[in-house]
Amino acid sequence: MKSSRFINILIPLISVFIGLVAGGIIMLMYGYNPIAGFLALWNGAFGDIYFIGETLRQVTPYILTGLAVAFAFRAGLFNIGAEGQVIVGWLAAVWVGIAVDAPIYIHLPLAVLVAAVAGGLYGFIPGILKAKLGVHEVIVTIMLNYIALYSANSIIRDVLTDRADKTDKISPTASLTSEWLQAFTDFSRLHYGIIIALVMAMVMWYIMEKTTLGYEIKAVGFNPHASEYAGMKVQKNIMITMAISGAFAGLGGAMEGLGTFEYMAIQGDFSNLGFDGIAVALLGANKAIGVLFAALLFGGLKVGALNMPTEAGVPSELVDVIIAFIIFFVASSYIIRWMLTRKKKEENK
Amino acid sequence: MNDFVIEMLGIRKEFPGVVANDNITLQVKKGEIHALLGENGAGKSTLMNVLFGLYQAEKGTIKIKGEKVDISNPNIANDLGIGMVHQHFMLVEPFTVTQNIILGSEPTHIAGKIDLKKAEKEVQDLSNQYGLQVDAKAKIQDISVGMQQRVEILKMLYRGADVLILDEPTAVLTPQEINELIEIMKSLVNEDKSIILITHKLKEIMQICDRCTVIRKGTGIGTVDVNQTTVDELAALMVGRNVNFKTEKTIATPQETVLEVQDLHVNDTRKVPIVKGMNFNVRKNEIVGIAGVDGNGQTELIEAIAGLRKIESGSILLNDKRIDHLSPRKITEKGVAHIPQDRQKLGLVLNYSVSENAVLQTYYQRPFSRLKMLQKDKIDDYAKRIAEEYDVRTPSIQTEARALSGGNQQKLIIGREVDRSPDLLIAGQPTRGLDVGAIEFIHQKLVEERDAGRGVLLLSFELDEIFNVSDRILVVFDGEIVADVNPAETNEQELGLLMAGQVTEKGGTVREE
Repeated sequence: MKSSRFINILIPLISVFIGLVAGGIIMLMYGYNPIAGFLALWNGAFGDIYFIGETLRQVTPYILTGLAVAFAFRAGLFNIGAEGQVIVGWLAAVWVGIAVDAPIYIHLPLAVLVAAVAGGLYGFIPGILKAKLGVHEVIVTIMLNYIALYSANSIIRDVLTDRADKTDKISPTASLTSEWLQAFTDFSRLHYGIIIALVMAMVMWYIMEKTTLGYEIKAVGFNPHASEYAGMKVQKNIMITMAISGAFAGLGGAMEGLGTFEYMAIQGDFSNLGFDGIAVALLGANKAIGVLFAALLFGGLKVGALNMPTEAGVPSELVDVIIAFIIFFVASSYIIRWMLTRKKKEENK
Repeated sequence: MNDFVIEMLGIRKEFPGVVANDNITLQVKKGEIHALLGENGAGKSTLMNVLFGLYQAEKGTIKIKGEKVDISNPNIANDLGIGMVHQHFMLVEPFTVTQNIILGSEPTHIAGKIDLKKAEKEVQDLSNQYGLQVDAKAKIQDISVGMQQRVEILKMLYRGADVLILDEPTAVLTPQEINELIEIMKSLVNEDKSIILITHKLKEIMQICDRCTVIRKGTGIGTVDVNQTTVDELAALMVGRNVNFKTEKTIATPQETVLEVQDLHVNDTRKVPIVKGMNFNVRKNEIVGIAGVDGNGQTELIEAIAGLRKIESGSILLNDKRIDHLSPRKITEKGVAHIPQDRQKLGLVLNYSVSENAVLQTYYQRPFSRLKMLQKDKIDDYAKRIAEEYDVRTPSIQTEARALSGGNQQKLIIGREVDRSPDLLIAGQPTRGLDVGAIEFIHQKLVEERDAGRGVLLLSFELDEIFNVSDRILVVFDGEIVADVNPAETNEQELGLLMAGQVTEKGGTVREE
């Protein structure tokens, strides 16, 4: 028990370390100075209070999409649809932010809530298809991502605006922006969403560790046969899990729509917030606390990368290579561990 | 010098935190059947894996025919003439016997085409030589389990094995098939082969083995000549204390009916009828044993009663009320407890702690949860009590169930199920793979439950267990109950024939179909 927890922490740390080393080697191969590169990366992420604010802003949606993927993972479900659920949540939040007229203490919570519900419903679709018809959630969520992307574009162009590229700004009563946080961080775009993200991490931890629902979800994820034997409704759990997972991702979209941008623009391609959430969840070992740290790392890498070309002349694409390395080593170490535990199981027979 | 074909001297094998084998010595003579006896988790498999080259020992030497060898992988073991028949057969079902046997060492023509004719003849000759009665051209899926096992043995012989390791070979066989296997083993040793028999069935050791090496908790206890020992002595050596084989129980006084099964029809997973019109009942204060060869509908019957499998027609009544269309949870709440056959697949969430597993069906009820919040301290208290009362040996109740030995996992399940004070207790192979100490405990518990007024339905493939515990025996063959007998009025031989579908209950006539 203790040793497995130790491994849970050790494997991501080693993976990150190897990923960074591999990134350094690549920088060397292309004739860049890796020390200067990493220094620029660090400075760009945590170098001064402005960059810290920007990093935390980027971390906010990563936490939520990471939670979304991690939550589904615990029930043995692979929610690749966080991307689409982000878009749906973003759109819903902005829509409410523009269309509704209400005082801030109603308007803002309403916009946030509607985003969560929209994301939740969008996650419920693959959930019900899996539970009732046995359609694999990976296939459904991949396709729903495209449906969300292009439907949102169409709605922005033809419903919310008159063929414009982006919506109006949301009304200030629905905004998560905080003058205080902005001033404190030297006018970064940091907003109150970070608090929502942290609270949601606690919510996930609470559901998983303290409630009968979490007990059922984890049981279904570990062993659906035993769960059925124990009288749990496996199908119902699949649907609930996907809805909650979608709600987390929908909130991630609201962070962008109500906080960072305060509008929604037509997107030519995915924002990758949802896909990066898969990596965050994987690196965070599908635990709420792990997701927080993994999101911080990914947010830091993403924001810090922007500083690498200017300060060290290293192309920011290299950061994507480093991230890819980290994911690769996390994923492959999972395989190694899987083989180790399997071998152990056979010995026990 | 000496005539040992295999000598493992002072073997020590460690895993992180555990010493699996410590100073074990095993010496097998040429032409003998040598038993390797030990409880589950005693280190038998580890020792054999060291011999087979899957593990490297930290200490000790292995000698084959007097020469020191270094077995660093299984191929070397094969070359040295060591063959192993695993408990779970490793056969390709749609292939023929011959194709399976030559797999990996196919004889070929010059162009690389497999020379099947030649192989078939070799396999058939080998089979005839040892009296295995295997048809070289039959497909695996068409032959019986006993025959499949002989194919595994033949495979080892084909590869030139002189020493055969048989891992619990009788676990899957009917009494008749066991007798056949014993004849085969005798003919093998007559041809100067040596056999290592891994087992914890003492009766078999007494019946066929020449010598027996006992391992207890990873340590070699010693080797005894079988004809100079007794079952009781072997059991005491294995467990470290005296063991009571005969479960103490009084004659049953059955009361009113708890479970009534009427004209039940159930399909298997492939939607083929497998329970074909069963009728029986279980009464209070009664243990009803279901005997039969695996695959005759017993598993599906139990699953249907527990609500895990849909029934096609007929009815299942618990205390005179139908339960056959209720969910597993409703059935549990109505008073059915179920010790499942596959404890790791159904009975436990292995990644959950002992504590979490203790409330697998009751976590949502008070006092374990209030307002949908789990009450961890209440659950832990309960788990502690279960672990104490049912002798679940675990470092802590927070230990993952995966880390427990099979016997302790089973005791945890039994404790959990029995503690709900059910009206009907279904026990599916409750002692499968367990050692005598745990078996003794579990049998005792089943009888206690009976005496406490419960109806117990026991499914077992072990005739000893059926005879030892049951008050009434139902024999199942081909989805039907072919006999309802009193254990005092029958014997293993008769039951074996009934199980094989050879005779009917009355008259003993052979049923030709």
